Amino acid sequence: MKKLLISAAVAAGMSAASAVSAEEIKLGVFLGLTGPIESLVANMAPAAEMAIAEVSESGKLLDGTTVAAVRADTTCVDAAAATAAIERLITSEKVSGVIGGDCSGVTTAALTNVAVPNGMVMVSPSATSPALSTVKDNDLFFRTAPSDARQGVVMTEIIMDRGIKEVAVTYTNNDYGKGLADAFQTAFEEAGGSVTISASHEDGKADYAAEVGALASAGGEVLVVAGYIDQGGKGIIQGSLDTGAFDTFVLPDGMVGDALPEAIGEDLNGSFGQAPGTDSEGAGKLVEMVGDSFDASSPFAAESYDAAALIMLAMQAAGSTDPEEYKGKLMDVANAPGEQILPGELAKALEILADGGDVDYVGASNVELIGAGESAGNYREIEIKDSALSTVGYR
Amino acid sequence: MSEPLNAFVLLANFVLVPAVAYGSQLALGALGVTLIYGILRFSNFAHGDTMAFGTMFTILFTWWFQSMGLNLGPLPTALLALPFGIIACAIFVLLSDRLVYRFYRKQRADPVIFVIASVGVMFVMNGVVRFIIGPDDQNFADGERFIIKAREFKQITGLSEGLAIKVSQGITVVTMIVVVAALFWFLNKTRTGKSMRAYSDNEDLALLSGINPDRVVMVTWMLAAALATIAGTLYGLDKSFKPFTYFQLLLPIFASAIVGGLGNPLGAIAGGFVIAFSEITVTYAYKKFANYIVPGDWKADGLMQLLSTNYKFAVSFVILLLVLLFRPTGIFKGKAV
Repeated sequence: MKKLLISAAVAAGMSAASAVSAEEIKLGVFLGLTGPIESLVANMAPAAEMAIAEVSESGKLLDGTTVAAVRADTTCVDAAAATAAIERLITSEKVSGVIGGDCSGVTTAALTNVAVPNGMVMVSPSATSPALSTVKDNDLFFRTAPSDARQGVVMTEIIMDRGIKEVAVTYTNNDYGKGLADAFQTAFEEAGGSVTISASHEDGKADYAAEVGALASAGGEVLVVAGYIDQGGKGIIQGSLDTGAFDTFVLPDGMVGDALPEAIGEDLNGSFGQAPGTDSEGAGKLVEMVGDSFDASSPFAAESYDAAALIMLAMQAAGSTDPEEYKGKLMDVANAPGEQILPGELAKALEILADGGDVDYVGASNVELIGAGESAGNYREIEIKDSALSTVGYR
Repeated sequence: MSEPLNAFVLLANFVLVPAVAYGSQLALGALGVTLIYGILRFSNFAHGDTMAFGTMFTILFTWWFQSMGLNLGPLPTALLALPFGIIACAIFVLLSDRLVYRFYRKQRADPVIFVIASVGVMFVMNGVVRFIIGPDDQNFADGERFIIKAREFKQITGLSEGLAIKVSQGITVVTMIVVVAALFWFLNKTRTGKSMRAYSDNEDLALLSGINPDRVVMVTWMLAAALATIAGTLYGLDKSFKPFTYFQLLLPIFASAIVGGLGNPLGAIAGGFVIAFSEITVTYAYKKFANYIVPGDWKADGLMQLLSTNYKFAVSFVILLLVLLFRPTGIFKGKAV
């Protein structure tokens, strides 16, 4: 009966916050529990839920309201399934905010089809497609992961700093590869470099001689390989080395891993690249807090913790769980000025906000929201030395 | 006067050598498909996974030999393990014939039923391979990697273009020639080979003249298993072993067999090379090549690429389509069901 009254109240256009306060707040954890990145999500979902538990146990959010997580599956690839899942979160679970989605394609579908029409805030920890920066989101969409447009700029800086002005590009033929290759080409050409060719390759194919031939003919000092480490990306590098087409390769995040130097051997020495990462205090602190329960250093786990924390801090700052009211506060709590907040200090942050103070949430991934509400992005620059990855610096 | 020579070396390095190696691998695969089609009269969709299966056993034996310190010096150890891989593969294939195909043969089932049964066998083999060796990439090549490296070639000849030939590419071509010669000798000169051809041409007449059909079927399967294992191992040495890639190889292999003429061994070889060369030559960017041969400052600005590499599969299928439209039985006259 009470639930009915509440929904009647919402329908009447009254403030949801006043009706729900002192009730339990629900947050959706909308990640690909099954599908291609299920191994990453195994560490992302617990990280988000840890932040939720931390806030809930502190009893400081909106005068002692408890918070609960509700899981839903994006599947990473199936837009229809993802749309149905977020529909359930919003209409039947009545969540007040969504942490997710994970892969760029399903995130876009869920955002435009369900979240925006329903006025729901989504904070994605891992969708990196540049297209999400310009999507019409009524300021409801944020991400704690950087856009690949940012990676394109960072990669340009790394290449330019080495005095290289002419490159060839090959990318895996999907949203990630194409998005990154385009972002990089734009950034690189703006910086005065030239891209001789930007050719796609299909993953899991029999033979890459045709691709290598075309890339070699176009020429360039180095080859940028925006692919996957265990797929076509590796085949292209092997083929290029064998024919003497290229000696040095630039490796973006999908290609960074120990498996590559192991498979190719010493010919790969001198190649370089970058992957998201930070040496900040927060990242270490999160790993420490987590202990053995899951791997907090796994990609996007820190970003997931931060996504959940940001939603709850914004609620506190706005004094409301209504997405329309707290969406404007997300940028405020994430950025300066204010007291810096690391993982494990959420209770302190809630207190400061309750007293009318200001916080600058740093979190586990050094969050700094820019532009349309996306992380500025921190990258780890790597180089292959003695057939092993080594970190050269952070950008 | 080294300009035309540079142009030729460039083309050899990026088009000729890779295409010949890839073509040989496709030809060996297509030979197996065509043999099954010619004699057992169905398209064996499990062939890609038979290759993966045989290669898997070759890899397992290779690792065993490597752990015992056995090797062939500059040549890959896998060559030593190859016969064992062939035996293991032949046993499995004969088992699948006994359990699956023999039942339908007794019933004189339509070819399409065999095809669907082979899809079932394909999935089983797919699973078995992943179960035993896993879905990941496996590296098993050892010994020397190159016959000649691009950099060495440049130093020796003084040309500005390098030519690289890998040991695996050399082995592939030599093995292909040996295997094809042996196969043709077997089919044309031996009694068993002749009975196989008779069985292929007219099953009823062959039975009347006293040919044992069980024996023909058995030998055919063993030959197909051997060809599949050899093709798979050569491919794995040249590129890498990954079960999913072998499954994907099925498409170009069938295209080769059909273009050449299904059921015709000569056609399978020709088809393999036609597919390999068309994939690489049509999508190659001829910019550098042209810059070497055109006179003076007349340099090309564009890439001079006929089609983007995105379309390389479209190329082989357009050829397949043209052949089927104008010569439905293939370049060399094959069989039509």
